[in-house]
Amino acid sequence: MSNHAGHPWISTSDEESIEKMLRVIGVKNVEELFSDIPDKIRLRLEDWLKLDIGFGRPLSEIEVRRLAEERLRRNIVFNPPPFMGGGVYPHYVPPLVKYIISRGEFLTAYTPYQAEISQGLMQAIFEYQSLIAELLDMDVVNASMYDWASALAEAVLMAVRVNKGRTRFLLPATMNPIHKKVVEAYARPHGIKLVEVGYDRESGWLDLEDLKAKIDENTAGVYIQYPNFFGVIEGGVKEAFELAHDKGALAVAGVYPISLGLLKPPGELGADIAVGEGQSLGLGLNYGGPYLGIFAVKYDMRLVRQMPGRIIGLTTTKDGGERAFSMILQTREQHIRREKATSNICTNEALMALAAAVYLALLGGEGLKRLAEMNYYHAHYAQLKLEEIGLNTKVFKGDFFNEFPVSFNEVKIEYRRVHEALLEKGLHGGLYIGGYYPELGETALYAFTEMHSVGDIDKLADSLSEILRRLGGG
Amino acid sequence: MVELFRQAKWNEPLIVEYPDKGLVGLNIQRVEAGIVEKVGGLKMPKGMMRETPINIPNLPEVVVVRHYTRLSQMSYGVDTGPVPLGSCTMKYNPRLAWEIAFDNRIVALHPLQDESTVQGLLQMLFELQKWLANITGMDACSLHPAAGAHGELAGVLTIRRYHELKGNLGLKREIIIPDSAHGTNPASASMAGFATITVPTGEDGNVDFEALKSAVGDATAGLMITNPSTLGLFEERIIEIAELLHNHDALLYYDGANLNGMMGYARPGDMGFDIAHLNIHKTFSSPHGGGGPGAGVVCVRDRIVDERRGVRLSDLIPGFIIVYDDKTGLYKLREPGPYSVGLIKAFFGNVIPLVWAYVYIASLGPQGLRKVAEHAVMATNYFIKLVEGVKGLEIPFGRGRFRKHEVVLSASKLAEDTGVTAMEVAKGLLDAGFYAPTVYFPLIVKEALQVEFTEAESLENIERYAERLREISKIAYENPEIAKSWPSNTSVRLIDYVRGDHPKTVSPTWRVYLRRMRGELS
Repeated sequence: MSNHAGHPWISTSDEESIEKMLRVIGVKNVEELFSDIPDKIRLRLEDWLKLDIGFGRPLSEIEVRRLAEERLRRNIVFNPPPFMGGGVYPHYVPPLVKYIISRGEFLTAYTPYQAEISQGLMQAIFEYQSLIAELLDMDVVNASMYDWASALAEAVLMAVRVNKGRTRFLLPATMNPIHKKVVEAYARPHGIKLVEVGYDRESGWLDLEDLKAKIDENTAGVYIQYPNFFGVIEGGVKEAFELAHDKGALAVAGVYPISLGLLKPPGELGADIAVGEGQSLGLGLNYGGPYLGIFAVKYDMRLVRQMPGRIIGLTTTKDGGERAFSMILQTREQHIRREKATSNICTNEALMALAAAVYLALLGGEGLKRLAEMNYYHAHYAQLKLEEIGLNTKVFKGDFFNEFPVSFNEVKIEYRRVHEALLEKGLHGGLYIGGYYPELGETALYAFTEMHSVGDIDKLADSLSEILRRLGGG
Repeated sequence: MVELFRQAKWNEPLIVEYPDKGLVGLNIQRVEAGIVEKVGGLKMPKGMMRETPINIPNLPEVVVVRHYTRLSQMSYGVDTGPVPLGSCTMKYNPRLAWEIAFDNRIVALHPLQDESTVQGLLQMLFELQKWLANITGMDACSLHPAAGAHGELAGVLTIRRYHELKGNLGLKREIIIPDSAHGTNPASASMAGFATITVPTGEDGNVDFEALKSAVGDATAGLMITNPSTLGLFEERIIEIAELLHNHDALLYYDGANLNGMMGYARPGDMGFDIAHLNIHKTFSSPHGGGGPGAGVVCVRDRIVDERRGVRLSDLIPGFIIVYDDKTGLYKLREPGPYSVGLIKAFFGNVIPLVWAYVYIASLGPQGLRKVAEHAVMATNYFIKLVEGVKGLEIPFGRGRFRKHEVVLSASKLAEDTGVTAMEVAKGLLDAGFYAPTVYFPLIVKEALQVEFTEAESLENIERYAERLREISKIAYENPEIAKSWPSNTSVRLIDYVRGDHPKTVSPTWRVYLRRMRGELS
């Protein structure tokens, strides 16, 4: 205790504790405890301190704040937020969500291996599962996956397990191309043949005829995302899922939860498995994560037993007297089944599931509907505004939810230049998609949420109009 | 006697059981009438419009606040008390890092936002990449994986890609894993399409080297190993193991779950590992969030894969690598190239835990990080001295050796003598206000109690915990029936797990439960 050389995060770093521990253990110094590390690979303190780690010395709390401030100042938070989606969207994050997930009892808890002391957390996760089941009209929801893309990848692997022996899986050209890359990485070691189903250039919908031509008895599953990557609300989901079922394939839906305030839930459309991104449910954008992979199935034990990830279930105390929650169906999981587990997932996104539960509880069914309407109408208003200034906002005829492609081909301007001109005006435009879809050329996907007011949209339209005039090649 | 505690208990209904008040808990406006008119109403395709209202109650905000506050009070984390779960490294999660990681200038950033507008964050992550490479002795790190097991998947997919690019995938079919490994190791190997070969642990706690030698062959693609092991023991023959594997063109994979036990003293890169993953939510203090999020950074040595094409191991790992462009002075994301495993999640990575780690490393510096390992290891060996001689508890494997970050006790003798099992010991600890150890793991120890205090626990708590174990042993030998009544101080008593799992009663959601009550499910 004499020299105060310790650190507040190392609770035994006072002299007295160190002296006592070494004495009781019976060693002269702490290095002795590491003496079984072969000399050749044991680092000497002076060599370790030469390495470029941190800032070469411990920084004080105030120094760290100052340093972080210097870094964070060079990030730009756009106001209005970027008019950009592509799978994750700038939605409003209620302070209550951040407050609840920051409570130490939740934030600093481990996976609830000891159920009796973790009932609150387990109830909250059970509520997440139950609320998502209502929103999606599905029955069984797991406690979370990493994100939409990895949830989808696991759904593909699961479909192949359920339909043992089948090796093909059909993916639509209208799905998020980033998700497709993730599916490819997961599916590759298992020899799964991923077959792309084309889309109708006019409507922007999945091409049902192409689906009919490509589906066969060797197809384990069919995926459809709605709204699709173009923001277009697919028109043939039910028919596609019927085609899948006719061939004994599983129907897998990909959803954007906020859109389900207005759109028919996957359960009603015949999905066996539904996956989606929970980011829109109060999580923030976080520059890529943490997000929330939603994974849900219909109540069919053939499916449930093949699900990846943890599931919390409702049970009772052993004396039968009280309601209680426990981790269920754990024999699917890696800590028990090891190499035969349905997935390797262990750490998931539980805190994000809690955030989504708080968000859904806060909005309620009516709030979700209102929010979806606002997203829909603001995006449609934006479409009219951008059309008025001479942009092609009807790349596809199919109706959309809150995102649509804007083509700059007709005005003959490279999108990169538009993007940079918008940045100069303090606005962040949409996502360029010509790289993924060369046939669409200079096209960007613009998204609008409740965070983009009518005034913001007018400002975007005015800015774009000015940019078109300035850059327009005619 | 160790003072007992009492956890909060609220008879809190499920949120869906609250009566609908017709209020929207979030004050959002309706769409302006003029906008609806201008757009001309909803134009969705036939059959795609929602017809059934969403069955989620509409509640006043305060109802929601109280509900989740009460649920939090029936939960337990590091902020509540000690969580000495073995292999989980439940250390203190500094609020300084929380404040910075949840800053709106991170939370509000879109992952596809123009790189020029996120330079501050990219600089932090670039620095973190470099620091983690130096901490592990590796050459390149990808911050992409979202969790430890996700990092393992990244690693084994990299092993797969390595053999594929060398044209040996047809031959290289097996991953060798010690029997003391985390369950995620074999599960990850399976996800990458490999068969798993298990090798036993010797009495000294090291991998049985003779058994390993006979297991390694032409089919060996790699070895996954945790060091220190899940027994808390440093693998003493690691250099020979690396040589053996490399002689068969197999790669060495380091499971970083236990890095806290040797940080600053030994580095996987120096030991001969080719690939390593790190658990940011363990060693680097980001909170576990009740199950996640984590981050599972994967690092590699810059081993040559294909000399002719100039391919190195760092070209194979998945995700985006941050690079600094000297010419423009800007940080940029390098997309996975043609030799890469690709992407295993959408977008960059779990940024909030990563920034948390940044703050942790900056705060401690290399001096502090080495102290972290020293104190974690001292805590373990101090605890061992306190529980040595507790009747019914033994410490199998590696007799007399110093443990590193954790120790595994066996309650096998206790169970034999008194009928009180490891799980019941765990429940007895809950009753004293401690989170229990990891139980029944590693699988090679009967009635295992795996204990890891980390550097964050005070001597007094370690002593009270040991004292409670002594008390539990005494109770087990004198009045074993008392142990059957544990826990009684938690918000609920012992739970019926069989009912939770049984096909006739399993209820994974409220709607399934209701259907079951209505007799709609067989």
